[in-house]
Amino acid sequence: MAEIAVSPVPEVIDAAALARIQRQNRRENLGRMWFKFSRNPLSVIGLLMVIAIILLAIFAEFVTPFPDHVRPFTDFVNAKKPPGGEYLLGTDQFGRDILSRIVFGFRFSLLMAVVVLTLVVPVGVTLGMVAGYFQGTIIDTIIMRITDIFLSVPPLILALAIASVLTPNLTNSMVAVSLMWWPWYARLVYGLSSALRTEYFVSSAETIGARTPHILFREILPNMISPIFTKMSLDVGWVIIIGSMLSFLGLGVQEPQPGLGTMVAKGSDYLPTGQWWMAIFPALAIVVVVLGFNLLGDGLRDLFSAEEV
Amino acid sequence: MVARETPLLDIRDLSVHFRVYGGVLRVLDRINFHVLQGERVGLVGETGCGKTTTMKTILQVLPTPPAEIPQGEIRFQGQDVMTMSQRELVNMRGQGISMIFQDPTAALNPVFTVGQQLTAVIRHASPENRNLNNSQLRERALEALRQVALADPERLLDSYPIQLSGGMRQRVCIGMALSTRPGLLIADEPGTALDVTIQDQVLRLLQDLVEQQGNSFILITHTLGIVRQMTDRVYVMYAGNMVEVAPTQRLFTNPLHPYTQGLMDAVPRLTGGGISEGIPGRIPDYMNPPSGCRFSGRCPHAMPVCSREKPPVFQIEGPEDESHEVACFLYDEPHKVSNYKAELQPV
Amino acid sequence: MNFLNVEELQRLFLFLLRRIFQSVFVLFGLSILIFLLSRVLPGDPARMALGARAPQETIQRLRDEMHLDEPLLQQYQIWFTNALGGDLGDSLRTRRPVVDDIVEFLPASMELVLLAGVISAIGGITLGTLSARHKDSWIDNLVRVVSYMGVVTPAFVVAIIFLTFFTTAEFGLDLFPPIGRLSSGFEPPPRVTGLYTVDALLAGQFDTFVNALHHLILPSLALALGSLSQEARITRSTMSDNLTRDYIAAERALGIPEKTVTGKFLLKPSLIPTVSIFGLDFAANLSNAFLVEVIFNWPGISRYATTAMLYKDLNAIAAVILILGVTFIVVNILVDLVVGILDPRIRLRGARSD
Repeated sequence: MAEIAVSPVPEVIDAAALARIQRQNRRENLGRMWFKFSRNPLSVIGLLMVIAIILLAIFAEFVTPFPDHVRPFTDFVNAKKPPGGEYLLGTDQFGRDILSRIVFGFRFSLLMAVVVLTLVVPVGVTLGMVAGYFQGTIIDTIIMRITDIFLSVPPLILALAIASVLTPNLTNSMVAVSLMWWPWYARLVYGLSSALRTEYFVSSAETIGARTPHILFREILPNMISPIFTKMSLDVGWVIIIGSMLSFLGLGVQEPQPGLGTMVAKGSDYLPTGQWWMAIFPALAIVVVVLGFNLLGDGLRDLFSAEEV
Repeated sequence: MVARETPLLDIRDLSVHFRVYGGVLRVLDRINFHVLQGERVGLVGETGCGKTTTMKTILQVLPTPPAEIPQGEIRFQGQDVMTMSQRELVNMRGQGISMIFQDPTAALNPVFTVGQQLTAVIRHASPENRNLNNSQLRERALEALRQVALADPERLLDSYPIQLSGGMRQRVCIGMALSTRPGLLIADEPGTALDVTIQDQVLRLLQDLVEQQGNSFILITHTLGIVRQMTDRVYVMYAGNMVEVAPTQRLFTNPLHPYTQGLMDAVPRLTGGGISEGIPGRIPDYMNPPSGCRFSGRCPHAMPVCSREKPPVFQIEGPEDESHEVACFLYDEPHKVSNYKAELQPV
Repeated sequence: MNFLNVEELQRLFLFLLRRIFQSVFVLFGLSILIFLLSRVLPGDPARMALGARAPQETIQRLRDEMHLDEPLLQQYQIWFTNALGGDLGDSLRTRRPVVDDIVEFLPASMELVLLAGVISAIGGITLGTLSARHKDSWIDNLVRVVSYMGVVTPAFVVAIIFLTFFTTAEFGLDLFPPIGRLSSGFEPPPRVTGLYTVDALLAGQFDTFVNALHHLILPSLALALGSLSQEARITRSTMSDNLTRDYIAAERALGIPEKTVTGKFLLKPSLIPTVSIFGLDFAANLSNAFLVEVIFNWPGISRYATTAMLYKDLNAIAAVILILGVTFIVVNILVDLVVGILDPRIRLRGARSD
């Protein structure tokens, strides 16, 4: 169905012309993908939410009304102010602006997601890929049995345990989440790569004597990019949830730094006395971030799964 | 033209649309079709031309949505199928009409044993059967499996579809469809999912059983040879239109519609000539079908009128007062090419 | 007709044995992981437990008690042998055997998680079926929006929202008690299972049962919402997919009444993916219980573990993870068993290979 653009092909294709054609093809592919993606309004909403959140997080100092409220700060005169007026979402028990703290909280959530995924994906993917390629050998057994062990405990509980024996702070919570997250990638990629290893393009590369790293990274890996990327885009939301759960339990971002989970935890102390905004707004902020990333992730998944058909 | 008896099954002006993302697929376009008591009818056409949809519509088992039926009438034994209550439908299905689906693997529920599926069908086949006890049901099920020449039916009853070979699954499907002792049996491309020798066995079995039991029979296929052996009358369908209908022998000796002629040419013959190219082109887009004849884009004899107007059905005189109908402007008097028929090669 | 015959039961049994064998291996690995976590990662566990200002001899006594001066392998051996004998050491905080603590606190969590599981399974399958049967209608759209929100909203956020709106008269509705398992004035029923609702019924204390259930509803609902949504989504997509299958058309075409087709021939294959993810949902419930128990002040194992984590009570942490790991493994075996019963393809494959 796709129209093949017939561009005048010069008799002798020089490197520059080839590069130009490739660039053009790539641009057309991106255009087609964007067209498909934009057909679903929910995906576009997700994308816009994610862009907005990222921009807010980057420029938090300039867009928030009270950027100094994320540092040690007390203003008991304006403490526990309900939402409205100067403090749009109210203030907490120290008189700090909830809105400003939420926007800065996005920063920690995003940072967590980025760091965890950058650590986890290469490790999980490499291990799963190697185990899958050497399926049935001792390498497969060792890697996948270790993976099984990690998968045998509910993930959050393992992360909690790791975080708790370390000093509670943001860095260690990222370490803890990373340690429990890689097996999920290993398992996903294991299935993909053990299926790919019997494909003709892999066996023909083996026949002509390609070296194992070449086969793994140039033949197998490129064929697994879409499912990995899809999982990553959906995982951003889950990492943010787990991060906020850790900080809720006091094992992540520490006061006075504004973690979304920390804010919910501290705010919930004031629920019985009626200052609901301290907990509810940060809680809703978590939902908004996760919603944005999940809508975007679903859109990308549909895009890639349609691409493969 | 003979004054004909009331048909067992009579379809008039039936259209079926599929509402899908981005538009409406006009899959069936005002088709007419009937089957007489005891008659064996063939329905021929390329894959995707609407044969299976027609049959599923008769049985009212098309998933709706996406399917919808904007117009038309289906009568079984004189009764309107579309206005039937759920109970009447259930009674018509099974005992009245029963169908062998195209792909036996897809047509058997993967998580129930053959016995569970077969006894469920038998139990609901007629009001009397609902009083059968388990061992009687089992006996009837064994009988159905023996009928289709399956070895070791006892063991088969407790097997799941994945434990059977393709040919066995096809036989189970046939046995299941016949277990209700239907008045009309529909077979949708039986055996196409199997390899050729097994397909042959299955078709022979089916032919014997239909002859034995004297059911009315609809055979859907895209293989002309099978139609010639097993049917009395043939409908030719193209892209949701009925383009030609004639008694089987007559259709094979004197095909009129250019599409039918193309189909015949596409059959490889051993006696010289080799394999012809088939019919160039593809079935048109159902979302925006040509406003005239749907075959006009591929037709070697297309005239200007063909792409403008939908061809009506023309009655063609036959030697023995047989009804031969064709939907093609070539047979309209003003357009008729005088020596056209003479060019035809008898098959 | 629906029951499995002898041969199939044998196959199922073999399948079960295989799963148990695998699990024993995994459990052994898990024990190593937990041991490493509790003894190696933090440096000196004894000092961590007792704090920086504890006198040297107190620390030394604890080190001896925990065999910390032995070689690592020997430490593991001692820990593992004791664990097999049901001795997981003493809690460094409550100074009681950890096993006693677990026996005391686990039932409360199980009561919560089990009810959440029941709510999410029944609710999820019902909503998913409803949605699939009325595809693209307003019911379907409503279910889809609600279940999407349910999936993206973490349980502790739901818990906070419930606590705000359904427990205080000042703001919203005073429908449920905010904290605890029983109102003051109620005595816990005589202990049989440790589940207050069950024990109250066993003892015939109907008032206590109603009170315990009243306390149970809100936290278990908060816990269940996420997995309920997940299961509704899966049920909807499998069922609407299966509805277009040829076997459903064939069963209808052969005269089987609609009620039997949907209630039996459609339901069984459609339940398989839903049941399969139940294991993961259970894990999610166990995890979320950590926060929900804190929010509702529910005296369960998770709140016990959270406190242990804050006090760096390593014996307790290790024991809780081990117990929850075992629970998770058992639940997964049960899930596999149910899936095996529902799906002959898995059962047959499971018995054939090695």
